[in-house]
Amino acid sequence: MTATESRTGRGSGGARRAPGVRGRLSSVARLAMPGATGRARHVTVRNALAARSNYGPLATGLVEPFFYLLSIGVGVGALVGEVVDDGVSYDYTTFVAPAMLAAAAMNGAISESTFNIFAKLRWDRLYDALIATPLTPSDVALGELLFAQLRGTLYSAVFLVTMTALGLVPSWWAVLAVPAATLIGVAFSAAGLSAVTWFRAWEDSEAVIGVQVVLFLFSATFYPLSVYPEPLQWVARLSPLYHGSALCRDLILGRPAWSDVGHVAFLVVMAVVGLRVAAHRFTVLLYDEGGGEAHAPR
Amino acid sequence: MADDEGRPEPVVRATGLGKRYGDFTAVDGIDFEIRPGEAFGFLGPNGAGKSSTMRMVGCVSPRTAGHLEVFGLDPSVDGSTIRARLGVVPQDDTLDIGLNVRENLIVYARFFGIARAEAARRADELLDFIQLGDRARDPVEPLSGGMKRRLTIARALVNRPDLVLLDEPTTGLDPQARHLLWERLYRLKQRGATLVLTTHYMDEAEQLCDRLVIMDGGRIADEGSPRQLIERHCPRDVVELRFTDGDRLAEAATTMAGAGHHIEPLPDRLLVYADDGERVVDQVEAVGVHPTGSLVRRSTLEDVFLRLTGRSLVEA
Repeated sequence: MTATESRTGRGSGGARRAPGVRGRLSSVARLAMPGATGRARHVTVRNALAARSNYGPLATGLVEPFFYLLSIGVGVGALVGEVVDDGVSYDYTTFVAPAMLAAAAMNGAISESTFNIFAKLRWDRLYDALIATPLTPSDVALGELLFAQLRGTLYSAVFLVTMTALGLVPSWWAVLAVPAATLIGVAFSAAGLSAVTWFRAWEDSEAVIGVQVVLFLFSATFYPLSVYPEPLQWVARLSPLYHGSALCRDLILGRPAWSDVGHVAFLVVMAVVGLRVAAHRFTVLLYDEGGGEAHAPR
Repeated sequence: MADDEGRPEPVVRATGLGKRYGDFTAVDGIDFEIRPGEAFGFLGPNGAGKSSTMRMVGCVSPRTAGHLEVFGLDPSVDGSTIRARLGVVPQDDTLDIGLNVRENLIVYARFFGIARAEAARRADELLDFIQLGDRARDPVEPLSGGMKRRLTIARALVNRPDLVLLDEPTTGLDPQARHLLWERLYRLKQRGATLVLTTHYMDEAEQLCDRLVIMDGGRIADEGSPRQLIERHCPRDVVELRFTDGDRLAEAATTMAGAGHHIEPLPDRLLVYADDGERVVDQVEAVGVHPTGSLVRRSTLEDVFLRLTGRSLVEA
């Protein structure tokens, strides 16, 4: 037998070079995701190539912020006028726009990680082909998440630029709202990737839409948390979107606070737990059930 | 089995290998060894456990019993490292319809960590090998079944694997496409690749396999080279006597009892196994049996399979 390591490039996990940026990213990936081999980016690149011929989703993703800002911000804002938060009075549109950014990041992440993945997981044979290579199911899940977030980050940046153009961004802290929105996206993508592995049919997506609507309406997106009575405020604090909106709002309105560290921590924990569950579930699904009923006569 | 002196380490070694899905046992404790450079076959009907075995060897399905080593490594520990040296041609078409023909090869090569330029070079080389060079920029979907299979095989070769796993490589192909594929696989073997294939086509097993195991119901019924298996279980010749009338067939079976080694009645014909087929034909005439047609042929793996499993057969 011949020296395979040199023929196949790198053996997985073996032959480590000096840890460049890529190497370090891979180690981070491995840490967050058991079973990842640092090859997830190839899945991301594959998706980007396959998406070339399909600009539809990209276009809608870019137009979305206008709709959000026009309808809720400008429309509702005209009726509401001013809102007082943290003792400061804000123009309603200015107040609500950062939460729209957070909500858009959530919605994008959820639809990318559930509806788009469901068909791939259940019917397409694509993943079967991917896991026959050195890629692991964890790499596949992580690669999908990275691709979704690449798009999500682009959308968030466009959203923020739109807000700036409409005069809704009073502070330079707002620049950090893009990574914040990406963090929101990663957290919800991770949760979505876990959830989708339990889908049996399209009807199961109704439950996801339900959760999405509840979060959207009751996460202090449209009004300050202080309008709720104390006990309800604690319920709202369980919502990841609450932490996302609060974080984006503080950054865009230029009033960073220590509580933002808490918001970030909440979302990071959600992302890490979500990724671990997703890695485990993808492994069970792709390895044991073979990605379809064909291999497992249960 | 003809064990030569100083044979190299086996590429795959399985002992008591088993796979259960819930209450269903797909593979029921099998033993086999695959040596470098050989073409090894799993022959058996659908549901025999061939694909489940292939998935375990391919490190995409954890075993539930026994031991398995591929390249001396344990798939449950070093799956990714093992897969880096495998080429897999799955039973179902798993080509990437989001990418064109050439991209299918390049992107797949990237999964193995092969550099972009090298991936492109190999893609072009392989497209020549499978005679699809002129379709390089075409979408995958409209390709014919035979072309898709060839592309899948090319994809499996992109990492220059030490072991190629082919699960039912020619199922669903027309005869011409099958022969083209066999020819390509034969060339691959000439180059020294180790091939493992599953098939339920006896002729495919005879054409391609140096050694094979016959599987039925999750177990191995026997193993050997096609010639060994035939010699072990069947006399040289088979006389096929055709009858249009079932009663006359049954009657002939009784009359012919004792002719040759044994007789297998099938719904439309009698198979008489014998060392000398011509003599049986003479005997048939002599005892006054008049089939609508008769044919003397050599025993094949088909006959071995019928003999070993007894499936769909009534012993004469």
